[in-house]
Amino acid sequence: MTESAGAEERGLGRGAAARGLVGRAMRGDAWTVGLVAIFVALLVFTKLLQPGYGLDALAIASLPVAFAAVGQAIVVISGGIDLSIGSVIALTNVISALLLMNAPELSVPIVLLVLLIGVGIGLVNGVLVVVSRVPDIVVTLAMLFVWAGAALLVLGTPGGGSVGWLRELITGTLGVELMPRALIVLLVVVGLVWIPLRRSRLGLSIYAIGSDQLAAFRSGVSVARTKIVAYAMAGFFASLGGLSLTASTGVGTPIPGPYLLLSVAAIVLGGVSLAGGRGGLLGPIVGIYILGLIRADLGFLRVEPAFSTVIQGVIMVAVVMVGAYLTLRRRSA
Amino acid sequence: MTADATPIRRRSLGTLRSWMRDRPLVPLFILLGALVALLEVVQPGIVTPSFVSNTMRFAVPLAILAACQTMTMLTGGIDLSVAVVASMTSYVMATLVGDVGWLGASLLALIPAAVVGLVNGIGVGWFRVHPLIMTISMSLIVSGAVNVYARMNIAGGTRVPPEISWLGGQDLLGLLPNSLLVFIPLAALVLVGLRRFGYGRLLYAVGDNEVAARLAGVRVGNVLVVLYVISAVLAGIAGLIYAGVIGSATGRLVDPFLLPSVAAAVIGGTSIFGGRGGYAGSIIGALILTVIVTLLTVLAAPEAVRQILFGAIILAVAAAYTRITEES
Amino acid sequence: MPAPPPRTETGVDDVTDQLLEASGVEKHYGAVAALRDASLAIRPGEIHALMGANGAGKSTLVKVLTGAVTPDAGTILLRGQSRTVHSPAEARRTGMVSVYQEPAIIPDLKVAQNLALTETPVDAFRARMDDLGIPNLDLSAMARDLPLATLRIIDLARALAIEPAVLLLDEMTAALPADLTARVLEVVASHRGTDRSVIFISHRMLEVAGLCDRATVLREGRTVGVVDIAPGAEEEIVALMLGPAVSAPRGPIPEGARVATAATGEPPRLAARGLRAGRNLSDVSFDLRAGEVLGVVALEGQGQDELFEILSGQLRPEAGELEVDGRAATFRHPADAIRAGIVLVPGDRSSALLGQRSVSENIGLPGIAAPRRWGLINGRAERRRVAAAIDRLQIDTRAQAEARRLSGGNQQKVTIARWLASGVRTFLFYDPTRGIDIRTKREIYDLVRELAAAGAGVLLLSSELEEIQRACDRAVVIFGGRVVDELPAAAADEPTLLRAAHGLERAAVAAGGVA
Repeated sequence: MTESAGAEERGLGRGAAARGLVGRAMRGDAWTVGLVAIFVALLVFTKLLQPGYGLDALAIASLPVAFAAVGQAIVVISGGIDLSIGSVIALTNVISALLLMNAPELSVPIVLLVLLIGVGIGLVNGVLVVVSRVPDIVVTLAMLFVWAGAALLVLGTPGGGSVGWLRELITGTLGVELMPRALIVLLVVVGLVWIPLRRSRLGLSIYAIGSDQLAAFRSGVSVARTKIVAYAMAGFFASLGGLSLTASTGVGTPIPGPYLLLSVAAIVLGGVSLAGGRGGLLGPIVGIYILGLIRADLGFLRVEPAFSTVIQGVIMVAVVMVGAYLTLRRRSA
Repeated sequence: MTADATPIRRRSLGTLRSWMRDRPLVPLFILLGALVALLEVVQPGIVTPSFVSNTMRFAVPLAILAACQTMTMLTGGIDLSVAVVASMTSYVMATLVGDVGWLGASLLALIPAAVVGLVNGIGVGWFRVHPLIMTISMSLIVSGAVNVYARMNIAGGTRVPPEISWLGGQDLLGLLPNSLLVFIPLAALVLVGLRRFGYGRLLYAVGDNEVAARLAGVRVGNVLVVLYVISAVLAGIAGLIYAGVIGSATGRLVDPFLLPSVAAAVIGGTSIFGGRGGYAGSIIGALILTVIVTLLTVLAAPEAVRQILFGAIILAVAAAYTRITEES
Repeated sequence: MPAPPPRTETGVDDVTDQLLEASGVEKHYGAVAALRDASLAIRPGEIHALMGANGAGKSTLVKVLTGAVTPDAGTILLRGQSRTVHSPAEARRTGMVSVYQEPAIIPDLKVAQNLALTETPVDAFRARMDDLGIPNLDLSAMARDLPLATLRIIDLARALAIEPAVLLLDEMTAALPADLTARVLEVVASHRGTDRSVIFISHRMLEVAGLCDRATVLREGRTVGVVDIAPGAEEEIVALMLGPAVSAPRGPIPEGARVATAATGEPPRLAARGLRAGRNLSDVSFDLRAGEVLGVVALEGQGQDELFEILSGQLRPEAGELEVDGRAATFRHPADAIRAGIVLVPGDRSSALLGQRSVSENIGLPGIAAPRRWGLINGRAERRRVAAAIDRLQIDTRAQAEARRLSGGNQQKVTIARWLASGVRTFLFYDPTRGIDIRTKREIYDLVRELAAAGAGVLLLSSELEEIQRACDRAVVIFGGRVVDELPAAAADEPTLLRAAHGLERAAVAAGGVA
């Protein structure tokens, strides 16, 4: 009786392998490699267009939003979403600008303090999501107002200051033109935090609760604690975004920039599934740089700056539609 | 899970809970009343007919946008493109009014809105793109397109026609805003539509249990395509009215209303997971938010405190709803 | 098959001898009692079967033992020590690991990462994979890309790798290829006589007979007996699973009451030819005639889910044809099936019910599905129609504002009621009486007979085998994705069906020979 069932099973194995191919093409490495290829092509194109264009300008302009995208990606991988990330960047931006103006001699402790505040803000977000049992999107929508208000409380109008070493840290290049300091800072910080974490049980747990909460629970993962950690990480990276904003602009601005929208755009482009569990941090970072380059190129081509927003949106829609279409095909296969 | 609670306390709590669950509007009315009363206490004499009319004038566009969020949230979705669509519609209308008159301009301006809704609907309904991503992406496209259009139109200029200003910015006999002439039929249509129209019931059905709706023969994708078109057209109407309230139209006019529109629906008791809620609550939610803004202005609370309280209230009300409606 | 087990000593067990002992375990979900009084005693080095019909409470008991569910009452002793665990992680630390039907593997992580997540030693895991017959697994493979059978083996090897005191296997061998099944049984058998034990749950009686030392039988949430496995024990287990007749049996419906169907020359209401889909459904054909109730009997995962999905338009078959009233039909959406007069009443009421909506909205749902019905609803006509349906089915409408607050039986009536007024010609009932009380059960079966008497064709899957004879004219038994038996109601008594559904041949059982 088991003979036929056995044959059936092997047929299944082939089917699953075929499905796996589609999945592999859609996922992870192939996607990121494709993104990097697009980025390189765009970069070459930019260089032909405007030989004087330096990568450092792109890296500095993209640094805050790149940190936002990294934080957003971590939360989304864990199955949540953080709508408050732009406000948190604004808040940490004004806190750091205010403190640095008043006590520039304490700049190093201030930077550390601001990072700590970022983690604290993320912890608050995470605990509220877990304790209130209100959907992530509603909680972080509410906290968007709270943190934006707090930013205004700290600094009513743009002001504050920065210190030289912060600006120098992200300005210029490390000798070679292809190694702008802002990019190195980004990669070093993200690498130092993410690479060890990703291999740790905690990092795996973040993927696990986003991928399949029940299986994660049965595998012994504490879902609530992991969720809170993911939000804390988002807060940490958002505070880095705020600090880099202080460093590059030299002031604190209490009104959040378009970081929420851009961070979501970048993670979608970067191959992070909004359903959770899938994607990495490299993809969103490359996504941010692609969006930045497109904007720069269209500028050099004297295209309306506004038109570049349209193109970014069309790219996003095209990417998500193709992704959704492939997912649908995969499900019915 | 509260094993330590005594059975009696639990039962009375449960009764209250189920009573509230059946009458979700009652606590909202109490909250609205309390806020108005608080306003009167803080500044005696403020609650006058002109205060009422003023509040409503600002609440109407928000309430229309909240209708978009209510209906999309009922299906488990969300429409984050409503603000840019509203801005776009008001701006397009203001550029066309010189050529085709106020009515023609308004109607023509609703066409691009409907197109945006159609694209949203096809993405969400047929391609199964997450509504959040789909409508955020469309926001990018629309806001960029509006800027492009604005550049092309620099010479043309914009003008909010007197008819629209009358509709949005003036009162009937100094008592009720004229925009109610549009809002009341519109709200009645949404309220009746959700309760007594087959289509309205389907929105609840899709959000409550998409599998069950499918098994009952509902083509869910088509329902969603129509929904996002309706949402975009309503957003356009809200934009036209708000242009009248303010008396000018720019490409970013309505943008600040995006998150409050979601908040009004959430405060009004519509579940972001779908299947539960209604438009009456969202209307009261829009009034509550408007009164809160007034209250905070009267208190001379700095913008900072206003935003913090705003967020805290949204979270508190949402958490309270979760507690009330959760299965015990 | 492993060698027959040594006879175990029967008699009163000394408490301290038990490795694991659970007693008086209760668990309620709302008004539904999943476990009423379950007990279980496991000796060291024993392979212990946990048996019971669908819904008898096996899965809940497993979840209680492994901490996935907190019981309402009862004690659990491990090596004589009282033990309460609140999460699978804690249960794991105390030496109890479970392998569920659905592998607890994170699909978006690599195999190696899944091991790291559970802190499983890789070398031990590798060794167990060798034992289980998959020696060269690529640990860097993404779990999502592996076939289900492999994932289950990985889940098992991962559990074995930490050498748990008690290993719980829930339907481990279901949907496994034969060679892997043999390896699994071998590995499980190697626990015998060690200080570690296995709790084994399976629908396959032959496996249980060949592998286990003792069996605890659950029925309706209670432990009703512990059986030493010996030749002939299968019959005893089946008898315990069945229990005494719940009430005075009505017996089969008298022949005269059944509508004569086969005689008419009409084409069948619904005919399936060689349906195949996925890993479970291989080749199923049948005719459903007008006025007939055709019973479908199958244990979990034998392809019946796919069959019902195909018939109701949710799934397109990979092979095979459907005919409705003699004409070929293709369904791309449930709406197509409904237009052809075929409706599904799913067993899982959560996939049919709008839980937060009222009874009348639930009943009215099919009436508004088509775009031409999206306009204003005729309130009076709707009320009349709903009232008629409520009246006919005697739905208790005290809690009608939200369908989820109705009792299970009334919920099921609501999901049936929505189809009564709409001229449906073929009904697909998927286990309509699962978990509902006996009176409502009767009412539903009476209704099924009424529908057939009025000329509809009814396909009725029931996991309550004693009901097949009462409600059906004929029954087909599906095992391993194929129809393995077809029998008239008169022959479809419960023991016969149960044996056929477990893959035991009728003739062999009749001869009294069980391998």
